[in-house]
Amino acid sequence: MATRHSRSAARLMMAPAVILLLGWMLVPLTMTLWFSFRKYLPLRGGDLGWVGFENYVRFVKSASFWPSVQATMTLVVGVLVITVVVGILLALLLDQPMWGQGVVRILVIAPFFVMPTVSALVWKNLMLDPINGFFGHLARSLGLQPVDWLSQASMPSIIMIVSWEWLPFATLILLTAFQSLDSEQLEAAEMDGAGPVARFFYIMVPHLARAITVVILIQTIFLLSIFAEIFVTTGGAFGTKTLTYLIYQRVLESQNVGLGSAGGVYAIILANIVAIFLMRIVGKNLDA
Amino acid sequence: MGRIVLDKVTKTFGNVEVIPPLDLTIEDGEFCVFVGPSGCGKSTLLRLIAGLEDVTSGRVLIDDTDATEIPPAKRGLAMVFQSYALYPHMTVRKNIAFPLRMAGLDQAEIDRRVEEAAKVLNLTDYLDRRPGQLSGGQRQRVAIGRAIVREPKAFLFDEPLSNLDAALRVGMRLEISELHNRLGTTMIYVTHDQVEAMTMADKIVVLRAGNIEQVGSPLELYERPRNLFVAGFIGSPTMNFITGPEAEKRGAATLGIRPEHIRVGEGLPWSGIVGVAEHLGSDTFLHVHDTGLAETITVRVPGDVEFKHGDRVVFGPDEAKIHLFDANGLRKP
Ligand SMILES: Nc1ncnc2c1ncn2[C@@H]1O[C@H](COP(=O)(O)OP(=O)(O)O)[C@@H](O)[C@H]1O
Ligand SMILES: [Mg+2]
Repeated sequence: MATRHSRSAARLMMAPAVILLLGWMLVPLTMTLWFSFRKYLPLRGGDLGWVGFENYVRFVKSASFWPSVQATMTLVVGVLVITVVVGILLALLLDQPMWGQGVVRILVIAPFFVMPTVSALVWKNLMLDPINGFFGHLARSLGLQPVDWLSQASMPSIIMIVSWEWLPFATLILLTAFQSLDSEQLEAAEMDGAGPVARFFYIMVPHLARAITVVILIQTIFLLSIFAEIFVTTGGAFGTKTLTYLIYQRVLESQNVGLGSAGGVYAIILANIVAIFLMRIVGKNLDA
Repeated sequence: MGRIVLDKVTKTFGNVEVIPPLDLTIEDGEFCVFVGPSGCGKSTLLRLIAGLEDVTSGRVLIDDTDATEIPPAKRGLAMVFQSYALYPHMTVRKNIAFPLRMAGLDQAEIDRRVEEAAKVLNLTDYLDRRPGQLSGGQRQRVAIGRAIVREPKAFLFDEPLSNLDAALRVGMRLEISELHNRLGTTMIYVTHDQVEAMTMADKIVVLRAGNIEQVGSPLELYERPRNLFVAGFIGSPTMNFITGPEAEKRGAATLGIRPEHIRVGEGLPWSGIVGVAEHLGSDTFLHVHDTGLAETITVRVPGDVEFKHGDRVVFGPDEAKIHLFDANGLRKP
């Protein structure tokens, strides 16, 4: 892309994609901003005109707001911690030469191909159900009282379901990172007197820093908008009402589009705060 | 101390025998070079000594104690890898200090040894950089620094110079030789480059397909190669091999004569047409065709001589410097 001519040709070629993506982003964003300043109740009079910042004030003043931010954070952080830690261990395991490696790797990746709604239903009915679920049977066979997971430990249950869905992604990225680690580095460390634990923390973990950053950034973006798993399992009850779910309730259950849109704008702001925060602490790993 | 003995060591990968039974003694303080073509098992042999590979059978003795079952870290050997294997996320200081930290030395002692090694290797100004910000030669020195701070019984080098450009290679070659003179520690050095072997070694071990072809000092190998392989491998340009009447006349299957042991001048027995003449200034290498002796005969003439493509040249061997080999390729006494 050295010459001026080829540069302008490149711009022309990229234009359709850029315009499409811009439209894709800008249209919903503008509409959300627009509705957030209007009183819009589709079943109770429709668009009732400008209300200034009233929707914003009402959304924050609602008793559900702070708990929903908290629930969102708990979910995101919980899933990140579990997927990164378990992902590293699984990747370490899968990186060892073993019999049937190919098949095992495909099995590990499999959950990623299951739709969120389906996996949530499967977990709810086959695993977590106190009467028919696997965990219930397990508890009874050990002579324990089965736990009604979704009402007694609802947030941990959802974290477990979402972690199960995202573990393959984390494992896959971390596995490729492990595979790119120069084996001579490990051998050098071994000769330098580093045992397996020291090699893990001094050589492998620093090598994984970049991959972990990628996992955290990408997963955070998707985890902030988790919806189906909550909808299918608890319906937002028992402290599992995240910001996304609260917005859904405002728009569809209360039929208040204006209020929901204001919530949407808060969600965008929250996502950006999280993103900046993440970039600050882990982003430097991406430079080197 | 650092006397290393290999006692009937073998190594097989799957069902491929890479090292057939092999005996070798490396004396304390010796600079021993393993040389041989690529894939002949030099690295494998070094890794067996280091303990990074387990021997299939046989024993490795270090200072007369059986080290076969001792893990690499406890053998007291330090290795410099071909890729340098520096830790990219650590500064030069931390890289060099790593083995000392693992050994649990106190910080003051670590600092002292790192500073000392850095001074020896001219790395003092680079201690706070990361490996990624260093040149190839500097990385090489960091890798050596990481090895010397441990004060090991022996150093193991696996083709340490093969990633450097030619000029730097000559410089580092000298530095490593000087290091050996100063420390007096046993060094085992692997290379496929016979020039490195000849210039650095006290003792050269020539390997082919895991077999030791010959062990000896550089001059022994040069003057009395035990077989055709060693004769062809050691020396540059390579030795000329002549079969047919000239060899039979002297009662051998093959006659070997080094390019530098051929003289040019009227009245000598051989002649041919110059193909390529390489003028190095100090010497001229003539590649002579149509001699009736072999495909090409390489002749080394001191100084710059006026031969060019197509010239006829008359030459002959220095009879005292002729090597004779029997039909099995072994040297005739
Ligand atoms: N881990 C291994 N598994 C199987 N074969 C190997 C392994 N390491 C080396 N080899 C084989 O052993 C032979 C010698 O290798 P190596 O010692 O690396 O040669 P060199 O260092 O002399 O070039 C080669 O043919 C190589 O393919
Ligand atoms: Mg090698």
